[in-house]
Amino acid sequence: MTTASQSWTEEMVDVAGSQLQVFKGGTGDPLLIIHDEMGHPGWLRYHQELAKDRTLVIPMLPGFGESAELDWMMSMHDLANWFLGALDDLKLENVDVVGFSLGGWLAAEMAVRCPQQFKRLVLVGAAGVRPSEGEIYDIFQVVAKSYIENSVLDASAVPEFKEVCPDEPSPEQLELWESAKESACRVSWRPYMHYPALPQLLPRLKRLPTKIIWGREDPIVPVSAGEIYHKSIPGSSLDIINQCGHRPEIEKTDEFIGLVKGFLTS
Amino acid sequence: MLIGHFTEQPWQDDQSGLMGTQSTDLSISNAHYNPQVGSQLYNRYLDEKVYAEEMGFDALMLNEHHSTPFCMQGVTNVGASILARITNKAKIIILGNVLPIWDDPLWLAEQLSMIDMISNGRLVSGFVRGGGRESYAHNAPPHFNRERFEEAHDFLIKAWTTPGPFRWEGKHYHYRYVNPWARPLQQPHPQIWIPSTVSVETVKWTAEKAYPLVLLATKLGPTKEAFDLYHETAAEFGHKSGTQNVAYLWKVHVDETEEKAEEVGRKYLSGVSNPFLAGNEGQTNPAIMSLPGHTSRTSRRLSATAFGPAGRFGTNRRPYEDQVEDYTIITGTPKTVIPKIRHVLEYLRPGSVFFWDGDGAMSHDDQMRSLRLMGQEVIPAVREMAKELDLKSPFEVDTKTGEPIEDSVAEPVNAD
Repeated sequence: MTTASQSWTEEMVDVAGSQLQVFKGGTGDPLLIIHDEMGHPGWLRYHQELAKDRTLVIPMLPGFGESAELDWMMSMHDLANWFLGALDDLKLENVDVVGFSLGGWLAAEMAVRCPQQFKRLVLVGAAGVRPSEGEIYDIFQVVAKSYIENSVLDASAVPEFKEVCPDEPSPEQLELWESAKESACRVSWRPYMHYPALPQLLPRLKRLPTKIIWGREDPIVPVSAGEIYHKSIPGSSLDIINQCGHRPEIEKTDEFIGLVKGFLTS
Repeated sequence: MLIGHFTEQPWQDDQSGLMGTQSTDLSISNAHYNPQVGSQLYNRYLDEKVYAEEMGFDALMLNEHHSTPFCMQGVTNVGASILARITNKAKIIILGNVLPIWDDPLWLAEQLSMIDMISNGRLVSGFVRGGGRESYAHNAPPHFNRERFEEAHDFLIKAWTTPGPFRWEGKHYHYRYVNPWARPLQQPHPQIWIPSTVSVETVKWTAEKAYPLVLLATKLGPTKEAFDLYHETAAEFGHKSGTQNVAYLWKVHVDETEEKAEEVGRKYLSGVSNPFLAGNEGQTNPAIMSLPGHTSRTSRRLSATAFGPAGRFGTNRRPYEDQVEDYTIITGTPKTVIPKIRHVLEYLRPGSVFFWDGDGAMSHDDQMRSLRLMGQEVIPAVREMAKELDLKSPFEVDTKTGEPIEDSVAEPVNAD
């Protein structure tokens, strides 16, 4: 669907034997965005900015939003293997990718399997590796709204926070969050939000240009996980944003866009 | 009629600061746990079970919860194993083992077979899916709760009934050599009963299998609705269900005087908080109580409209008087208690009942007095009522055919 004021579209597409809900918008070469454990949060300023010179492709992962659930899927490995097939069907080869949190973990898992699928990789507060200091916040211990509130350093300082997390979420919003948690749970319950062997596999990304972006005060995936990604991926760069939690894209939007655009045009 | 005894075996320690407070489930550090108190309580609750059998109870019901003070049975099979040896006649009814949290159900098959043999065939093996607390405490994947429940169930039945060795290559469980060197004494296997609170899916699944359904301290109206749904579903599957298919657990305490009975009855509400104990549910964490995928999206909707006792899990807090009024608590002398029990039996027509007693802040003496009076007056009267009302248990009437059965420990089967 699309409206005059709306710069993005939404469609259901048949891929890899299933159906995905895909949001698209912008102009230029495709840029794959992989959402976090709560699903695509809607079209925000960072989407708008990135869409000025790239065509954003934002699939809802299986079980999130309108995308079909895949009953056989039991782990992040299943998801990564299946999603590579979905990317083939979406004709996204040698594509730039930005993955947030759980979506960053998925991007990293896909990249270690098939580095040539991607042109450049951006990981933002990515789950997937066990931090050396602190633990990954247990999102299943709190209701969805509390989790989102806890994920940023200071909600009152985030202009778009209410768009992502309304004071009074609609029943539809609550159901979206619930299905997002269910689908995230399917691939991340145990070991929780990480795969112990991933750091051993990440060196395969040595020829894939990789940027790692983290909020210094990330309360969800501690920044030490970002340092492990950085150490494990030869040639990667790590940018730590001060006074920032788990969502640099809305907490420090300008800085985030600058980093991503700079990297994607390098 | 089968008459059973139940207590959650709650933690009781006046020094812990937990008694009589609305504490928050799953947020209490076990730094509060005094093993000296634990040692005394475990033995006390075993003594009470032994006395319950002596006083004429047909069945001793056990359950299991994890990481919480309201139920000390973290491993129900330990309690059942001990009772298997130290009691003689009573059925040992485990309601139940939490199947989805078992990563190795073969080990469970072995344990239950051992309990059945040691008890000379007195085991009733109940299974539950467990709430979020149980999945959380043992890190079992909640989104596969129902799948794991059903697969573990199918596996257990096969492990008990099919001569080994055989292979099991399922979705959640995988074995290359299933050949337990322990088999149930009751053939083909111990009866399986399913306890439930509000899940429509569970009621229907249980009816499809013609397993006895045990409603746990639900209000009489919703309990009757659940029984009706059970009987309707059972009929759809060609089963002749009756009183033998349905059981009810509720709070019954008997004492020497009406005053004493009320004083002690109020102690149901003044122990450690228990989300399943109306009036003292405490606070619960809604995210953990409804972990992702634990309840299907369909069932969430149904339970909200059909069965959910409004405000279950933490906001109910029905006062003692209300519970006495609606019969979910019955306390008094035998003289006043017996007609009230009759009302429940007439209304629900269960073939098995469990008196939930000795819980909350009730002392050992409170429990022993009640057990004695039950044995002397209440149980004999309830048996007469059951005869008059034709209430039969699953040890008297088959839950599938509706035909009378012998309570049997069958001949061993040849494994060719």
